[in-house]
Amino acid sequence: MALPIIASFPELAEMQKKCAADFALRELSNRPEGVTAEEIKNLHNDGFEQYVLVCGGTGCHASNSAEILKNFEVAIEKHGLNKKVKIVRTGCFGFCEQGPIVKILPDNTFYVHVTPEDVEEIVASHLESGNKVERLLYVLPTTGEHMPDSKHMPFYKKQVRIALRNCGFIDPENINDYFARRGYEALAKVLQMKPEDVIQTIIEAGLRGRGGGGFPTGQKWKITREVQNDTKYVVCNADEGDPGAFMDRSILEGDPFSIIEAMSINGYCTGANHGLIYIRAEYPLAIHRLEIAIAQARECHLLGNNILGTNFSFDIELRYGAGAFVCGEETALIRSMEGHRGEPYVKPPFPSVRGYKGYPTNVNNVETFANIPPIILNGAKWFASIGTEKSHGTKVFALAGKVNNVGLIEVPMGTTLRQVIFEIGGGIKGGKKFKAVQTGGPSGGCLCEKHLDIPIDYDNLIAAGSMMGSGGMIVMDEDNCMVAVAKFYLDFTVEESCGKCAPCRIGNKRLYELLDKITKGCATMEDLENLENLAKVIKDTALCGLGQTSPNPVLSTLLNFRDEYIAHVVDHRCPAHQCTSLVRYSIDPAKCKGCTACARNCPVNAISGTVKNPHTIDPAVCIRCGSCVSRCKFGAITVE
Amino acid sequence: MKVTIDNRVLEVEKGVTILDAAAQAGIKIPTLCHMHMHELNYANKPGACRICVVEVEGRRNLAPACKTDCTEGMVVYTHTPRVLNARRTVMELLLSNHPDECLTCVKSGRCDLQSVAIDLGIRKVSYQGATTHFEMDKSASIVRNMDKCISCRRCETACNEIQGVGALSATNRGFGAIMGTAFEKPLTDSECVNCGQCVAVCPTGALSENPHIDEVIAALNDPTKTVVVQPAPAVRVALGQEFGCEPGANVAGKMATALRQIGFDHVFDTDFAADLTIMEEGTELLGRIEKALKGDKSVKLPLMTSCCPAWVLYMEKHNPDLLAHLSSARSPQQMFGAIAKNYFAKKIGVDRKDLIVVSVMPCVAKKYECKRPEMSTNGDPDVNISITTRELARLIRQYNIDFAKLPESEFDSPLGESTGAAVIFGVTGGVIEAAARTAYEVFTKKTLGSVDFQAIRGFDGVRVATIDFNGTPIKLGIAHGLANAQKLVDLVREGKCDLHAIEVMACPGGCIDGGGQPFHRGNGEILAKRGAGLYAADADKKIRKSHENPDIQKLYKEFLGTPCSELSEQLLHTHYSKK
Repeated sequence: MALPIIASFPELAEMQKKCAADFALRELSNRPEGVTAEEIKNLHNDGFEQYVLVCGGTGCHASNSAEILKNFEVAIEKHGLNKKVKIVRTGCFGFCEQGPIVKILPDNTFYVHVTPEDVEEIVASHLESGNKVERLLYVLPTTGEHMPDSKHMPFYKKQVRIALRNCGFIDPENINDYFARRGYEALAKVLQMKPEDVIQTIIEAGLRGRGGGGFPTGQKWKITREVQNDTKYVVCNADEGDPGAFMDRSILEGDPFSIIEAMSINGYCTGANHGLIYIRAEYPLAIHRLEIAIAQARECHLLGNNILGTNFSFDIELRYGAGAFVCGEETALIRSMEGHRGEPYVKPPFPSVRGYKGYPTNVNNVETFANIPPIILNGAKWFASIGTEKSHGTKVFALAGKVNNVGLIEVPMGTTLRQVIFEIGGGIKGGKKFKAVQTGGPSGGCLCEKHLDIPIDYDNLIAAGSMMGSGGMIVMDEDNCMVAVAKFYLDFTVEESCGKCAPCRIGNKRLYELLDKITKGCATMEDLENLENLAKVIKDTALCGLGQTSPNPVLSTLLNFRDEYIAHVVDHRCPAHQCTSLVRYSIDPAKCKGCTACARNCPVNAISGTVKNPHTIDPAVCIRCGSCVSRCKFGAITVE
Repeated sequence: MKVTIDNRVLEVEKGVTILDAAAQAGIKIPTLCHMHMHELNYANKPGACRICVVEVEGRRNLAPACKTDCTEGMVVYTHTPRVLNARRTVMELLLSNHPDECLTCVKSGRCDLQSVAIDLGIRKVSYQGATTHFEMDKSASIVRNMDKCISCRRCETACNEIQGVGALSATNRGFGAIMGTAFEKPLTDSECVNCGQCVAVCPTGALSENPHIDEVIAALNDPTKTVVVQPAPAVRVALGQEFGCEPGANVAGKMATALRQIGFDHVFDTDFAADLTIMEEGTELLGRIEKALKGDKSVKLPLMTSCCPAWVLYMEKHNPDLLAHLSSARSPQQMFGAIAKNYFAKKIGVDRKDLIVVSVMPCVAKKYECKRPEMSTNGDPDVNISITTRELARLIRQYNIDFAKLPESEFDSPLGESTGAAVIFGVTGGVIEAAARTAYEVFTKKTLGSVDFQAIRGFDGVRVATIDFNGTPIKLGIAHGLANAQKLVDLVREGKCDLHAIEVMACPGGCIDGGGQPFHRGNGEILAKRGAGLYAADADKKIRKSHENPDIQKLYKEFLGTPCSELSEQLLHTHYSKK
């Protein structure tokens, strides 16, 4: 695809107009009220009547969406629909648990768990004859109802998509799709403004860093701008490392141009001509899409010298990270980009003053950048009207754990945890009881029932003992042991500590060991005191953000679930029956029918007994795997 | 600006850390990883150990005093319960992954970790768990016991920033993070040049010299052996520190007595060989200069000194293309060995195999040097055993000698006589100054007015001076610290260096800060005093030019003939190869 050189503002406007016209039907389908046949008739779009959006995000890609795409091409050709139906490989739809996902526009039909074999039926039945394939529609877990389109799905209804505005909607490998959605209009606008005024807009919008720290983005830009230096850098932190978090990856895979445009805006405002994207090498698809996007932007002269005919020049290079969690910390990231060991250093100096190779460097996270073009286009007031008093806009969360709807969501700041978990998330899986929600990844904490109605924002989460972090949100039910949860996160931190400062290097190891002792039932109350002291000292003394926040999972569970710790230590009991060392399996002779199912399935032959007589479990042999419980039809096996 | 530390209002300059501001007011905040010696441009400030944390009003967490600059109106508390608890807890953490081997540790009594633990009053370690274990690594010069490493990063800074060697740096991560070599190779196979600066700055017993006292004791007790000893110039101004003397005090006389009491048969002096080095190296230099003046373009100038074995190995490992610039003259230690075994042994009628030469060096690289194959004749090394200043102090203690009470005595003849030129070999600039004294007089056939070349002296990392050799300007360069030396080497490689000679000592400050010296523990003043001690020893000498040393003159007359004669070349010179 040859792309035109866009060398002036009018040329850009012309291009946007043309692309928006081609895109008109897709844009209309996005309206809440939908699109009428009459409207379709009067459109002068690219000529297609229907669009098949196949998810090309990492999750669906791994579940063979590439073959689904190929089958659509073949089937559409076979049914002679080439002129009527366009296939688009998009970025992530967010509802990854239901993947591979195929969405049909303009009616927004949302097909889930699609296999390559289903394609023929979708084409023949839906695209050709207008009959939706019922069996592939999303089923609401609470009612069993088939949802006719995505607009009625609770998962999407409560969401407000700003950062994710183009994800799952445009072709991320085609800059024309981006133009169609006001792409580069923000940069054009900015280039006709004074940098100070642009920064003022960002300050007034109240955008705060989405990578976890929550530092006011406009202030950061202002500091970088005010440092005098001929060479400055803009860095996009795409080193997303929280376990289970994939917000940034999805944005890069689904809407890479928005990041390139936002970095260019940042370059113009701060006086930087060099952009660097630090991305982990284990995000190959995101890297691939970024490479394509950068190449297309260069081809259009939207990266390079004299962008849009102005004096502003800017280009972007990719830098690969090796997947160290600590390299998401901005000083460690800079060290890593410089070719050194990825280790944090003590701030100040802040990167805005002295960063990459000693030059002023503005580091922002992917999601932060994704918010920039909409703020420029819609104004600071619009952005500030969304969210809470001190946290404006939206936040993307990777919702996971024991909820019905697992996936990527974007909600306005101020949405309550209850709304996220029970409305968007569809409640707890299997009708179990909610116990806790972990936010902020390994740096965050566990909140409980009493926190469900607090509006989510930076300050409220910190006040409750957790943090926003980059947006991980893991829901736990009554079967989750909170000591084990803390231990899980410490295991991660111990693995990911760079080892530079003593409190993090040795302290976290000792925290883990103490937690391990507790889960094995051999800890004392003195250990518990030591655990709490150590956690506080690490928080107080560690060098970087990783170390200072690493005890949060321990401190927050101690705060909200201290009784569980005490049960482990004093009663040698795990209330959630998760800590295998503390769990005892036994068979209730009154209920056991002697069917032998448990004994036959026990992997270690710990169960003995004869047919039609009550069986017994030898606790010395039992490995507490739980397979007998799942086999027993009579509920005779008790766990305590 | 004004800051308040422990309720005391202080006036401090911008850019001063809390640690330094507190020190000005006599408040000694404990540190462990921090080491800053302005004199040597050595600054290890990773902010890694977190022992120096203090409470700053309005700050959420504790601040590392070593890395936090004072700000106007800052209010700091250095010993609140929160601070003391944090410090003790961090210390307990460090101790929880440190072997309980204080009583048998080489560093006991001189260990920073031990000192701070004592000061913090640690009586038990509440946090116990897994410990890290690494294989012991022993090179000819250095023993690495990384089980004792506390990741202070001092060795990394010394090895990378001061020496530019890059043998040691942080490897692995998390609990397993450790200062190691690339691909965990033994030091011998790494980039290491044995300079021992890592040993000089290590706060614990993780890095130490490869010990050789037991070999010395065995030789002294072997009735078939005649044992001679040669202490290097820099040893005499450092050894006293081990016995409570003032830093820089010249204890050559007491040392000679001690060595005699220990039982060495002949107590000689490396200084004698330093004078000999000047004769050989100076002659080599003048030869090259004269050739160059006659228009010979093939002559390799500048000539680089070769007294320092770490520097020589550095050239062999890191700049093998420029080996022709190195003087072929052996180091004083090795010249001494060669003369002792080939001249003195014959003189006293002892087979060279029965003459044991022991050197006492400020250096750990010398241990490696005497093991170089070209430094042996038919498998018999010219220098059998090299021990460090610290090891000599241990030997003196083990031999129950009350050093402070010793009378002074002279070195033995004939290999004990030396000049002022020789004693300044131990400080940066000393070798080139000594060479200049002799070269000037040989070249111009005139007598020097003043022998003190002040322009050459000092502690700047790279220094250049031009000396007027009666109308011929001779340009001399000096570098100490290998990273500084590399700057001159790069110029030579690029053909941009018009110097005639370059003196390089691997250790910053020269041998006074060698890896075998009593530990300075971050106190740069000690090193300055050692340097001053050597210059004072020079000034005290009656003879201050190497070529005027009567025993050297006698040696040439009786044995060697002339400098750079065939016999001199065979015994006193060597060759180098890419390593």
